[in-house]
Amino acid sequence: MAKTYHTTVGNRRYRFAGLAELMAKATPARAGDRLAGVMADSAEERVVAQMVLAELPLTTFLNEALVPYEEDEITRLIIDDHDAGAFEPIRHLTVGDFRNWLLSDHATSDVLTQVRPGITPEMAAAVSKLMRNQDLILVAKKCRVTTAFRNTIGLPGRLSTRLQPNHPTDDVTGIAASILDGLLYGSGDAVIGINPATDNVTQSVKLMRLMDEVIQKYQIPTQSCVLTHVTNTLEAIEQGAPVDLVFQSIGGTEATNRSFGFDLSTLAEAEAAAQSLNRGTVGRNVMYFETGQGSSLSADAHHGLDQQTCEARAYAVARKFNPLLVNTVVGFIGPEYLFDGKEITRAGLEDHFCGKLLGVPMGCDVCYTNHAEADQNDMDNLLTLLGVAGCNFIMGIPGSDDIMLNYQTTSFHDALYARRVLGLKAAPEFERWLEDMQIFQDVSTHRLNDQLPAAFANSLRHLPEEPQHDR
Amino acid sequence: MTDKPLSPIVVDNPWARLNAFTDARIGLGRAGISLPTSKLLAFQLAHAQAQDAVHCPLDVEALSAELNGALGLTTAPIGLHSQAQDRATYLQRPDYGRRLNDGSREHLQQASTSQQRHDLAVVIVDGLSALAVQQNSAPFLNALHQALNDESSDWRLAPLTIVEQGRVAIGDEIGALLNADAVLVMIGERPGLSSPDSLGLYMTWAPEPGLRDDRRNCISNVRPAGLAVEEAARRFCLLLREARQRKLSGVQLKDRSEDDVLEGGSPSGSTRNFLVAD
Repeated sequence: MAKTYHTTVGNRRYRFAGLAELMAKATPARAGDRLAGVMADSAEERVVAQMVLAELPLTTFLNEALVPYEEDEITRLIIDDHDAGAFEPIRHLTVGDFRNWLLSDHATSDVLTQVRPGITPEMAAAVSKLMRNQDLILVAKKCRVTTAFRNTIGLPGRLSTRLQPNHPTDDVTGIAASILDGLLYGSGDAVIGINPATDNVTQSVKLMRLMDEVIQKYQIPTQSCVLTHVTNTLEAIEQGAPVDLVFQSIGGTEATNRSFGFDLSTLAEAEAAAQSLNRGTVGRNVMYFETGQGSSLSADAHHGLDQQTCEARAYAVARKFNPLLVNTVVGFIGPEYLFDGKEITRAGLEDHFCGKLLGVPMGCDVCYTNHAEADQNDMDNLLTLLGVAGCNFIMGIPGSDDIMLNYQTTSFHDALYARRVLGLKAAPEFERWLEDMQIFQDVSTHRLNDQLPAAFANSLRHLPEEPQHDR
Repeated sequence: MTDKPLSPIVVDNPWARLNAFTDARIGLGRAGISLPTSKLLAFQLAHAQAQDAVHCPLDVEALSAELNGALGLTTAPIGLHSQAQDRATYLQRPDYGRRLNDGSREHLQQASTSQQRHDLAVVIVDGLSALAVQQNSAPFLNALHQALNDESSDWRLAPLTIVEQGRVAIGDEIGALLNADAVLVMIGERPGLSSPDSLGLYMTWAPEPGLRDDRRNCISNVRPAGLAVEEAARRFCLLLREARQRKLSGVQLKDRSEDDVLEGGSPSGSTRNFLVAD
């Protein structure tokens, strides 16, 4: 029987029926929790829930599972993989004390790395609910999560980008045009990653070959990924396709992942298969995961939890499989989960913080859809905040407009803005390549070359004379 | 020490002519590393138009009349409505958009009292772009009828339905009420800046209320500048045939329509493009 929590404020008595309800009601307001019917009934109730949550010992989360251990393999993963030794330095803390500790000078980057395996997603989610945006930024900046495949992502002072050259019919010339545009704006060190227009194996293999040929021809120190279902990529590997990274959307409950058509054993199989290809040169992180608040509710698989706690649990799935990149696609899901720019901003900072605290190489698709109450100004704000927070990577897409997925994310220009105002750089191997290829006049001041670099000028001579593209 | 010559204020991209090959916003040029004013304002206009498109209602009467004319239907399409009474509710309550309101459910129950089985129910849903549905429904259904006629077996089609304020899953309830073995939902996808008119196709075998996404197959971006209606219809028929054969749909039913890769202006299956031409 779940414990209930009581407290009295003034002459009003508040009761929270269990840990899940307490967590949900302590969550800053957002549409998805309202949709799920788990949100606080008033502003006062929210803060009261935060006060009660602040008093809870962190050990509560080891003793009381939010989703039953017997029913959910992610709960089992969280509990079975918990490192009691790493937890020892923070074992005595309450959630409120944990916030103080994280902000304190005791919690250095090294200490945070050591404690990491002792922190569960629920602890991260709980403390985030007590934190202001600046707290989320400050602590995330102290967390270091570095990964590598053909380059090194997540070093301090670096901000990488996924070059996302999507095309609505997977037209190879159209995709190549967007890749070129991105490379010439310094984008693509996290990955060149295509969302295929249709989920089928042959099409995916074709796109994998396309990117592999480009990466090889120009000797680009980066990796490629086709964002198709994990079982498609496994099939592609069997067919001998050049797979760098395996993609999968993941959620924080077993039922969510079943609705996505996979379980943890599928991911283990995929990681082993991709590693067996030995295609990385400086590292062996071969997985690319995407997440986003609201996916569990959308799959009717949230077990009464708030969407931010479900999201944090997805990072337990991610960290099990040593990903190169984890991307919270924060504003993609729509206004029924994150209504406006304010909710998207808060969620982006929470996800980045929770991911980093748990040791996940967190990036963010700073984005919105046309039915959300958000615009480019909201994205500018979140991009800037995440740049300050030390986010590993963001998206890069021509002119912010994804013509395949029909949403807006950060552009090649936006990434250069963030790098310039915050003094951030691309991954070191990629940065050298940008200079060698003369894409930048001066890569340290983010000054692009006004002339077309020779290698690419040559390629443009191969353009077909008569474009078949139907405008 | 000599200063480098300063760039022009706005630097054009010499590769801007690649615009002929994609609608993506490439070769925009730059002021420093930022968007030039003209490109900034063009984007703002497109975003304003897309936001407006989300709120434009479906003209059911006009669509019904058009479909009657274009397809020579023997019975007029049945108009239905979800539990979301208006757009504001629809945007915030997807659960309402997935279920029929009481009036619509009763209407369908009466319409299907014969208990006659159907092979396929086609459901047209406004979704997030009434424009997509308004413009692409008749051409796609024409192509679909053509493709189904080319099949060896006869297809018994349920009466056509048109749903306002609906989401994808509402098709499963409708398919079940119409005693259909499979349901095809044609729905307006969320409008993009360059594609306010994109239609999505979703197929479920053995539809019933409460099914999850992993039970559906999707063909996306059906519109004049995207996936052509003939190709979309052909791919759908392949999926439908395989669903019927294996009595399932969703992730267990992979889209094998490649064997047939999307061609998009390049030789079939080839990855050749200007970036890797020798």
